[in-house]
Amino acid sequence: MELLVATAIAMMTASGIYLMLRARTYTVVLGLTLLTYAINLFVFCTGRLKTNRPAIIVDGQTDYTDPLPQALVLTAIVISFGMTALLLVLAVRSYFESDGDHVDLVGPEEVVARKR
Amino acid sequence: MNHWMILPILLPAVVAPLLAMSVRHDIVLARIFSVGSTVALLMLGMVSLGIASHGETLTYAVGNWDPPFGIVLVLDRLTALMLVLTSLLGLCVLLYAISGCDNKGQHFHPLFQFQLMGLNGAFLTGDLFNLFVFFEVLLIASYGLMVHGGGGARLRAGIQYIVINLVGSSVFLVALGLIYGVTGTLNMADLAKKLPNIASSDMAILMTGSTLLLVVFAIKSALFPLQFWLPGTYTNTSGTVAALFAIMTKVGVYSIIRVQSVVFNEAGKLPFGVLDWMLPAAAVTLCIGMVGVVAARSLGQQASMMALASIGTLLIAVSASTPQSHSAGLYYMLHSTFAVAALFLIIDMVIIRRSGEGDALTEGGRFKHIGLLGALFFLAAIAVLGMPPLSGFIGKLLVMDSIRGVTGWAWIWALILLTSLLGMIGFSSSGSLVFWKSLSVDWSHDAPQDTKTGLSVVSIGLIVGLLVLLTGFAGPVTTYLDSVAAQLFDPAQYLDAVLKHSNEATP
Repeated sequence: MELLVATAIAMMTASGIYLMLRARTYTVVLGLTLLTYAINLFVFCTGRLKTNRPAIIVDGQTDYTDPLPQALVLTAIVISFGMTALLLVLAVRSYFESDGDHVDLVGPEEVVARKR
Repeated sequence: MNHWMILPILLPAVVAPLLAMSVRHDIVLARIFSVGSTVALLMLGMVSLGIASHGETLTYAVGNWDPPFGIVLVLDRLTALMLVLTSLLGLCVLLYAISGCDNKGQHFHPLFQFQLMGLNGAFLTGDLFNLFVFFEVLLIASYGLMVHGGGGARLRAGIQYIVINLVGSSVFLVALGLIYGVTGTLNMADLAKKLPNIASSDMAILMTGSTLLLVVFAIKSALFPLQFWLPGTYTNTSGTVAALFAIMTKVGVYSIIRVQSVVFNEAGKLPFGVLDWMLPAAAVTLCIGMVGVVAARSLGQQASMMALASIGTLLIAVSASTPQSHSAGLYYMLHSTFAVAALFLIIDMVIIRRSGEGDALTEGGRFKHIGLLGALFFLAAIAVLGMPPLSGFIGKLLVMDSIRGVTGWAWIWALILLTSLLGMIGFSSSGSLVFWKSLSVDWSHDAPQDTKTGLSVVSIGLIVGLLVLLTGFAGPVTTYLDSVAAQLFDPAQYLDAVLKHSNEATP
């Protein structure tokens, strides 16, 4: 299971970074989303991987899974969700206001236009 | 319990939603509430400065959950200093904003209050995950403020700013995950207690975590090679917001100082990531900033590059990590925050009045209040470059004096002096172009309508006055900063204050 989870985190991080290095905002947003998924999974795993163990203390139970990373990851999910929503809104606004969804301050169309 | 300790976070947290929901259609009422809240924050900061100056470290367990299990707020001399700095700068910038630019878009005042809440929280907290949360609070507010007023270029720069900070937040989470994975705690004091007993097989993970943590703080403070976001952000946002952002980079510096002095203190004998690399990186940051000042094509760019250079100088002092250098660095931090903010506000006034050219470094004609603005620009440039007689000179002198123990100090001295010369060349050429040469040329464009000076000049005058005070009372200020640095280098007191309850439980 460790290998499976680790591979999943690695794949998502790699795809996220690849997408983030694209030049258009939409792919960058997708990349960031993938990256935050990977990180959330990673933070969740820092409490060690255990199956079928309760996260709250009950009588007669001696083996627990660490509840704190689960609480931390909930906070992280909420924050990254809000951030992504905000980024999307801004990306749309910027698309309409500046006529293009390039991430660079001076997009390729404008470079071409300046050379003319 | 010191219930008042949470007020610097609670007050803006209550005022901001009130501003957003109840008084959003009444700009006058919103201004009154916003200024009232910031003045109250300044009072609170002063009170906490008075209490903390006695040397006691106060703690507040949120929800009465004792540390290390609950979140704990800690007030020591450094925190009190940062609270006062934040609210003073906030008040000056707010007064400037009231003179017109808070009305150019919606929700300026609630975002401003949320920003102050995030800043105060980041300074007060004693828990690394809580630090992450307050970073996010101040960042979300800063995203809104950054694009305040709108416009294509500003929105694009805003997206870049958000993306770099989202990546930063992700790295922060990875660092926290790694550290939690090996220690099982994120409370700074508890971490400091647990780090010396860590298994050697876990050392690599811990080192990776602490290095990533340093990377995050380097992004926030715009340290080379992670400084690329700063010029674009500061140049493209409005001058008011850029002036407030003068404190944003200092949050990164504060975090470096705090984590280094509490978590990775001498008792732990653990290096905080790759801290040895910070001195060269800071030197490169200083060079990039000052070369940028000469190469800039607009006043805004020049001020942004100057902000970058001041971060370089500040981090040179911090990386020496002796009590004397920390004290010098903190003095330079107080000075550079105000000086850079004043510079941005003056440039904003110029942009409003030079309707054709804006802040571009081209020859234009005379504009309204050119004499007054030229004089203010001259003062701010002197301050920010570290020329006598203003506080920048004392700050740079203190920084240079404090790094004499560092290997290769002569090179750093030469670098600081040479880059100061570069900066002087840059500011003299831009100042003479925009203010001096324009004086004799008649203005061809239509004069802009809305150019009231009143409050904006008052707020800039207030900042310049603070710089003069910082120069005049340099003696008492450095005495206090020495005590701050002494407290930073005595982490046992911090640890005892935070962990006193758990110590009682398990003697």
